[in-house]
Amino acid sequence: MKKIEAIIKPFKLEEVKDALADLGIEGMTVSEVKGFGRQKGHTEIYRGSEYTVDFLPKIKIEVVLSDSLLESATAAIVKAAKTGKIGDGKVFVSPVEEAIRIRTDETGEKAV
Amino acid sequence: MFKISRKWTSILAAAVVGGSMFVGSSWAQDAAAPAAAATPTPTPTIETRVADLEAYVTNSSPNTTQIGPLGATSGPGHNAWMMVSAAFVLMMTLPGLALFYGGLVRAKNVLSIVAMCFGITGLVSILWWAVGYSLVFGTSFGNPFLGGSEFFFFKGVTSAPNTSYAYWVSQNVFAIFQLTFAIITPALIFGATAERIKFSAVMLFTFLWMFVVYFPLAHMVWGGTGLMNGVWNASAKIPAIDFAGGTVVHMSSGWTALILCLILGKRLGYGKEPMPPHSMVACFIGTALLWVGWYGFNAGSAVAADGVAANAFLTTTLATAVASFVWPMVEWLFKGKPSILGFCSGAVAGLVVITPACGFVNSTGAVIIGVAAGIVPFIAVTYLKALIGYDDALDTFGVHAIGGTMGALLTGVLVAPEVNANLSAPGVAGANGLLAAITSHTLVIAQLKAVGITIALAVVGTAVIGLLVKFTIGLRPTPENESQGLDITDHGEEGYILN
Repeated sequence: MKKIEAIIKPFKLEEVKDALADLGIEGMTVSEVKGFGRQKGHTEIYRGSEYTVDFLPKIKIEVVLSDSLLESATAAIVKAAKTGKIGDGKVFVSPVEEAIRIRTDETGEKAV
Repeated sequence: MFKISRKWTSILAAAVVGGSMFVGSSWAQDAAAPAAAATPTPTPTIETRVADLEAYVTNSSPNTTQIGPLGATSGPGHNAWMMVSAAFVLMMTLPGLALFYGGLVRAKNVLSIVAMCFGITGLVSILWWAVGYSLVFGTSFGNPFLGGSEFFFFKGVTSAPNTSYAYWVSQNVFAIFQLTFAIITPALIFGATAERIKFSAVMLFTFLWMFVVYFPLAHMVWGGTGLMNGVWNASAKIPAIDFAGGTVVHMSSGWTALILCLILGKRLGYGKEPMPPHSMVACFIGTALLWVGWYGFNAGSAVAADGVAANAFLTTTLATAVASFVWPMVEWLFKGKPSILGFCSGAVAGLVVITPACGFVNSTGAVIIGVAAGIVPFIAVTYLKALIGYDDALDTFGVHAIGGTMGALLTGVLVAPEVNANLSAPGVAGANGLLAAITSHTLVIAQLKAVGITIALAVVGTAVIGLLVKFTIGLRPTPENESQGLDITDHGEEGYILN
């Protein structure tokens, strides 16, 4: 099993969700997060005071899936979230040792 | 809690009594309240009664030798407008200013702004009833600097007009209308000191400031025997004009704000950590309420529903609309974007600058004032503040002091005698030199003197009171409390609980 963490632009969430659903992926966790990479923040001006806002709002999607789905899922996320402009985000993949469905006690890939 | 409230009650009571005794003992010998000549007269003729009706419509004096049914009564139209105006000006403070200032502070201090606006409303109302109205609009002292004692505790302030100020407006309505000005003026000050002054210090400072700065200044400018009341006092030494309070309200609060924020020092973390407004939406709503309420402030200052009020209604709209447009356009040009705070600041600046002029200038003058109001205060808050480096948190000095001072001077330059008959009334303006100053285009000299006196009184008065409060109960919260936010530390509440 693998976990995909994708940081994307907030307005791309619907497209990414639909692309993953098309692959048969049945669940995901979504959070509103803030951060910056190369895009950096923006400047806000209130009369004479200028403030640099470093952290920009992003969406983090977490999906845990079987190894067989990994390649198509990451490709679908990258394709759906891409605008070609700076700030499109990143996708991280990491191994997952175990998963348990609480309701049924199922474990492993059956549980995701 | 009980101990604090008892302490406050006794401070208040002692000061009210002490204040009235001080004035009573030192001025009583001069007090000779002019009693209304109520000699019995024959039944008024039909001519007198018609003439009184005409006087009501034209806002002039009813017949005083032959008192008819309208002789000592208010006129419903004028009274109605003044009651609406008084309510409008109260709306400028509650909730207008509270939202305008409250939106501009950080979320942890929004209630401290509401509390100070509300606290000042109650405190100043008590002072106004007890002595304030009389010290400003009384005349029994026969003094150019302070009014009189005849209206202490609203004695004789009834529904009958006080014809020294308005022929057709009930004196109780007039007194409450003027109260709302006395409320908003100190409330304006504490924009400069926002986020770092204790509520107790706000209350004590306001209490003292009303006696030292506001009551004398308002009498000098608007009182029947006032030093610089060019329109109403035939023996005014300085024939200056201030229609709705450029000196009394905006300059006094603005210059006070500068001195007080210098005494207070900068907010913790000022210049190091960001302190952006927590709600530009609240700020916008507050600004819009200020603008609407300001019609009561400016057009209401005619103290009648007459042609002068109508002119003030027009000039207020033009100057404000122009300034609210010019400020964000200048900002767009020099800062890259037209901001909502730019629109709001421009509107308030336009309102401030037109205030002393609104009943004395025509539409052309109003547009010129609007342009100036969109540019000069913008420079003050954007560049001057950064250059000098004081922490005027919400730009009370930049908008109200700079704008108010500019408005007082521009009034002297742009005055248009045709819009207001009082500017050429032979009995008053002709006697004290106002008319001569206008015809020789030297009114700006009288305005400069009024500006100088206002700044001197506000600066010196504030320096003394500010230091007094600082070294008695203290001005600032502890650093821990300031970091936590005054809403919790001073009021035990939060403005927003979102979960």
